[in-house]
Amino acid sequence: MTPADSEADAGPLQVRGTVLTVRRVDAYHAMTVVAPGIAARFRPGQFVAVAVGGPDGAMLLRRAFSIHDVRPDHGGTVEFIFAANGPGTRWLAARRARDVLDVTGPLGRPFPVPRDRVSCLLVGGGYGSAPLFALAGKLRDRGCTVDFLLGAASGDRVFGALTARRTGRIATITTEDGSLGSRGVVTDMLGQLIHDGRTDVIYACGPMPMLRQVTLLARRYDLPVQAAVEEAMACGIGVCMTCVLPVVGTDGITRMVRSCVDGPVFRGEQVRWDDVGTIPFDAFGAPGWEPAGSAASRTGSGAAAAGDRRPGSPGAGRGGRGSGAAGHPARAHGPALRPGHGY
Amino acid sequence: MATDLRTRLGHVELPNPILTASGCAGSGRELAQFFDVSKIGAVVTKSVQLAPRAGRPTPRMAETPSGMLNSIGLQGPGIDAFLQRDLPWLLSRGARAVVSIAGSTVAEFAELAARLSDAAGITAIEVNISCPNVEHRGQVFACDAAAAAAVIDAVRGRARYDIPVFAKLSPDVTDIVAIARSCVAAGADGLSMINTMLGMAIDTETMRPVLAGLTGGLSGPAVRPVAVRCVWQVREALPDVPIVGMGGVRTGKDALELILAGAGMVAVGTTIFNDPSACARILRELDDELARRGIDRLTEVIGLAHEPRTATGRRLARNLL
Repeated sequence: MTPADSEADAGPLQVRGTVLTVRRVDAYHAMTVVAPGIAARFRPGQFVAVAVGGPDGAMLLRRAFSIHDVRPDHGGTVEFIFAANGPGTRWLAARRARDVLDVTGPLGRPFPVPRDRVSCLLVGGGYGSAPLFALAGKLRDRGCTVDFLLGAASGDRVFGALTARRTGRIATITTEDGSLGSRGVVTDMLGQLIHDGRTDVIYACGPMPMLRQVTLLARRYDLPVQAAVEEAMACGIGVCMTCVLPVVGTDGITRMVRSCVDGPVFRGEQVRWDDVGTIPFDAFGAPGWEPAGSAASRTGSGAAAAGDRRPGSPGAGRGGRGSGAAGHPARAHGPALRPGHGY
Repeated sequence: MATDLRTRLGHVELPNPILTASGCAGSGRELAQFFDVSKIGAVVTKSVQLAPRAGRPTPRMAETPSGMLNSIGLQGPGIDAFLQRDLPWLLSRGARAVVSIAGSTVAEFAELAARLSDAAGITAIEVNISCPNVEHRGQVFACDAAAAAAVIDAVRGRARYDIPVFAKLSPDVTDIVAIARSCVAAGADGLSMINTMLGMAIDTETMRPVLAGLTGGLSGPAVRPVAVRCVWQVREALPDVPIVGMGGVRTGKDALELILAGAGMVAVGTTIFNDPSACARILRELDDELARRGIDRLTEVIGLAHEPRTATGRRLARNLL
């Protein structure tokens, strides 16, 4: 694996794109927008950020969606998939053909593709599978074999099951309610598929707990994982600093990096999945990281609540905090090492 | 551009009054993909500190009606990396750099001012005093007139004489004019306002605060009337002090509103997240708004709303009819 094509030839664009179609795809919506420049620059794994609610609306933050597909018609179109489960996405779902959207893209680092003809396993959770199909096309163009492992809560939430079955050498579907494929979650089937497909590399996109599990299992087989993360973003272009997560660099130092510009695709083993949603004490610039006696190391006031917040959030299931890839097991995560709050 | 948009940031002249708001534009590099950063008045950098800082845990952001809450915790690489990497890039693009600084002690602010004064090419320093003072139980400098003055005095003392020093004021105070006065008395060449207002959101599904940092700074159009009020009050009390107005500016018209209230410069913040080319657009729109009113020079309208129906005001208003 080399990120041979990780540097974009040209930066992202901000365009006014005309909506071509909005259609229901099972539990999701697929929106196609005419955006020739974005389509031309796109590489699988990249995303767009769409302004919602109109220029006078009350919703200021762009919504980020990974690009599902680009097509050459109308000079170049971009398609993305979304679930209309909030006011912004419901507004988007209500757009019609010929409406105009403010779209920035393509954003983020694409999936790196291997130089050699290898066996690739593409793992998707929910509509996280959306960017995997363009990737599959690119991998097949390079002579790679492509297997799919897709999962979701129910059959109507498995995005692209048909395409996966039609185009994948192996395609396995899992649903938690058993309504499509086998009952369970994708990671139940991962080991089996790695054996059957003689997998050389795993690409994954979906919820954070799934990416964490996939990375853990892949490590057992010593397989590289390229994981596209889903973090909440405000701008998508790297200025707002809201979408950070702890990632270990090649120098062994953990940094809070922006998933929009340093990701969304990361090498799975470099993400400290157990520490997502925290500032690890050994992260670059963390309060505990600073030289002893300096001012910032004394500002840990009242952060005890940080450990038990967000009980129902996707990150709540994580356990074993501190068992991250960096391997600094000795120091405890005391509250005093967490950042303070209140300003 | 038909209108003369030049304005003064202290003794420094800027070609136009549109700036980026600190923390919403990084150090300009990302935005340069969307517009020419040398064409706006200045790029105000994200607050720079002495040491690198990882910031707060996520979630760091919550969308609110016409606004957002953020709790980033001043994540940044520290002054060394800034001077080595970010500032030279900004200057190489021909942009004017206003460097925002943040510290947790008076001495840290002073050292930052000294370090920046040794670097060439800085247009101004904006002092982000909305930081907790670790020497005073975490009390925010900007909320205490004496603490704010101590920081400004120290920065003014260590900053090179020809670099204007601006104090960035918080609206979360009982009397913003009192803080403004003490900053100016301590040597501030100008004032920036407003910083975000402290807010909070609770997720009714999880029944817990949305932000990992519990509270966050509220920004966006929701706070614009507060910004207009603060600029107005400070202009009324200190008519000769240059003001950088900011808070929810989304259009050229919004910028004009702050200018009429007394701001000589207007910074664009949260709107950049919505529209990365907003600064260039707002500059264009402001130019149009002024031209439409037959105004030749921006300086004619700075603080104009304070004047009771003057001859100028009547003439300018008539031009619109």
